[in-house]
Amino acid sequence: MRVASALTVLATLCPGTLGAEEKNRLPVTIHGFLMGNASIRTTGKRPPMGEGGAFLLGEERLRLDVSGATKSGSGFLLFKGDIFHDAVANRVDGDLREAYAGFRRGQFDLRLGRQIVTWGVGDLFFINDVFPKDWESFFSGRPMEYLKRGVDAVRLQYSSGALNVDVVATPFFTGDALPSPKRFFLYNPFAAVAEQREYSPPVRAENTEVGIRLYRRMAAFDFSLHGYRGFWRMPGASIAANDGPRITRFYPRLVTWGASAQRNLLNGVVSFEGGRYNSLDDRGGTAPGLPNSQWRILAAYQRQLARELTATFQGYAEVMEGYDSYRKYLPAGFRPEDRVRGVFSVRLTQFLGYQNWRLSAFVACSPTDKDCFVQPEVSHRLSDRLSAAVGANIFSGKHETTFFGQMAKNDNVYLSIRFDF
Amino acid sequence: MSTRIVIALIAAFCPLAIHAQEKLTAAEIVDKAQAAFYSPGSDTKARVVMDLINADGKKRTRVLTMLRKNFPGGREQRYFLYFHEPGDVRRTAFLVWKYPEKDDDRWIFIPAVNMTRRIAARDSRSSFVGSDFSYEDISGRDLGADSHTLLREEKLGDFACYVVQSTPKAAAEFSRKLSWIAKTSWLPLKEEYYDAQNQLARVFTADKIEAIGAGEKTYPTAVKRTMKNVQSGHRTEVVFESVSYDVGIPADIFTERSLQQAPEKWMR
Repeated sequence: MRVASALTVLATLCPGTLGAEEKNRLPVTIHGFLMGNASIRTTGKRPPMGEGGAFLLGEERLRLDVSGATKSGSGFLLFKGDIFHDAVANRVDGDLREAYAGFRRGQFDLRLGRQIVTWGVGDLFFINDVFPKDWESFFSGRPMEYLKRGVDAVRLQYSSGALNVDVVATPFFTGDALPSPKRFFLYNPFAAVAEQREYSPPVRAENTEVGIRLYRRMAAFDFSLHGYRGFWRMPGASIAANDGPRITRFYPRLVTWGASAQRNLLNGVVSFEGGRYNSLDDRGGTAPGLPNSQWRILAAYQRQLARELTATFQGYAEVMEGYDSYRKYLPAGFRPEDRVRGVFSVRLTQFLGYQNWRLSAFVACSPTDKDCFVQPEVSHRLSDRLSAAVGANIFSGKHETTFFGQMAKNDNVYLSIRFDF
Repeated sequence: MSTRIVIALIAAFCPLAIHAQEKLTAAEIVDKAQAAFYSPGSDTKARVVMDLINADGKKRTRVLTMLRKNFPGGREQRYFLYFHEPGDVRRTAFLVWKYPEKDDDRWIFIPAVNMTRRIAARDSRSSFVGSDFSYEDISGRDLGADSHTLLREEKLGDFACYVVQSTPKAAAEFSRKLSWIAKTSWLPLKEEYYDAQNQLARVFTADKIEAIGAGEKTYPTAVKRTMKNVQSGHRTEVVFESVSYDVGIPADIFTERSLQQAPEKWMR
């Protein structure tokens, strides 16, 4: 429906580009895949509110991928949608991954509709990529592409040798999809509070999120400047205590700005990224349920260690501002976060057998949070159409309040089979 | 001493006498072969079908569009590669800025997450998309990376060829390579790659050569080529369909913009 209306808009906006010659001919190709995903918790524990017992995931998916472009390329469209049966909850549902229409004129590209936007240079560490993620999907072993969620946006890009500009305006807010207590053990300090409400930012002109990226090559670097005005993707909480405790969850306002740079160096690729998160609803750091402002920095190095073996090393840190206020206003009984959260990661990827086998391992450990996450995976391409992957998500941590530590009871192994058509 | 001076004077005043022989050095022959094979025309566009066939005859197919543009002032080239098949890599695109004397700049676009990334360029020995060709085989090896020796001249089929041996100066995927380079087209018709134990490891053959016209010029092109791993029995057959040269691909096609949305006009 949205594609159809977007196409109408497109056709109205640029009758010249969709001229008589092209109007009757919008060649469309249809592809897709069938996929089965399953994930089983290996710790033998079951969350108290859990559904599905040991299963974190059990589903069959049908992907439809429809794309087309006019002969000149001045108009194009893409639709990617899944229909899936969730065997754990026994329901059938849909997931509109992307659906946009676009047109290109001169140095401008415009896209309208749901689209996935990925910025920044980190591997699973996100600074200037402020767009929504699906962590539940990722931690339960769905393929990596499901980590990113689409945004319903207008995206305008300008390309030139001197400067490239990418602007994404999103009137409809999409938050991160966080692991659900129905499937995962999670740290929730407010679990006992009966009255909890959650609000998403209402659709209003002033709530339109705007992200901008300016980029060009500079001194052999791919250099980007980023800015974003919108909301944190994870809800904060405000606690009211009249007539018993009441939790209101909402997405606090956020402004970020930052930069990234990437180039060939030292026989590999080096990357740097930094950004400041300005938490507008908790400038002083006095609201314990809301995130403080912070700095995020990342340095990464990728190189080939041997034939078909590539390694990526990353160092990442979040530095909280207003830490003294945070400590002062943090209610008693809560374990305080550190001022600095540092994480190191290594990813190894080895291809074997004409790249029909891919072995990979991602290890991330935080010396400050004292927690770790390990994701080994073996994937195999049985033919051009059929592929399978087996992997595991393994968590450990000293405290159950940290990002990976809270997941320690959720170790799981996953299996994914995909047939392309 | 005086004899040398006389020879030098003859050489200086009679260049024709010396050049009449057209005795090319091995490096000059390889240089001409590289130019004919890797950079004919000012630009090129082709649809490439790669069949990866294992010893049991099981076949996998990669289909891509390749755009290449030469940049003036040396051997700088830019490539744009866009995958149509198989399904799990559909819309994946590579952008390569190739420099003669330093590591290439290489970017990949991963369509599932709409992400453009640089990739480490040192893996020139790694397989190109799982084929028997390495990245280096696809885009060429620096002339100065090897020592070249002209071994002999002989016929390969109907074609008179130079046979050149190239020995890498630093560690490489092969210990030596023998090339049969056609005297007329300058195309390598056959190459044998030997491993560290001096055993024949891979054999390249140009199986079908066509003269592709572009305006008043024609470019001899190996439209079918094979790389066979003689040790494993695996081979890759590549067919260049609808090759065209000097088509005027603009330089700005070779940028991140094309990775994110392939330039439709050049994909057909």
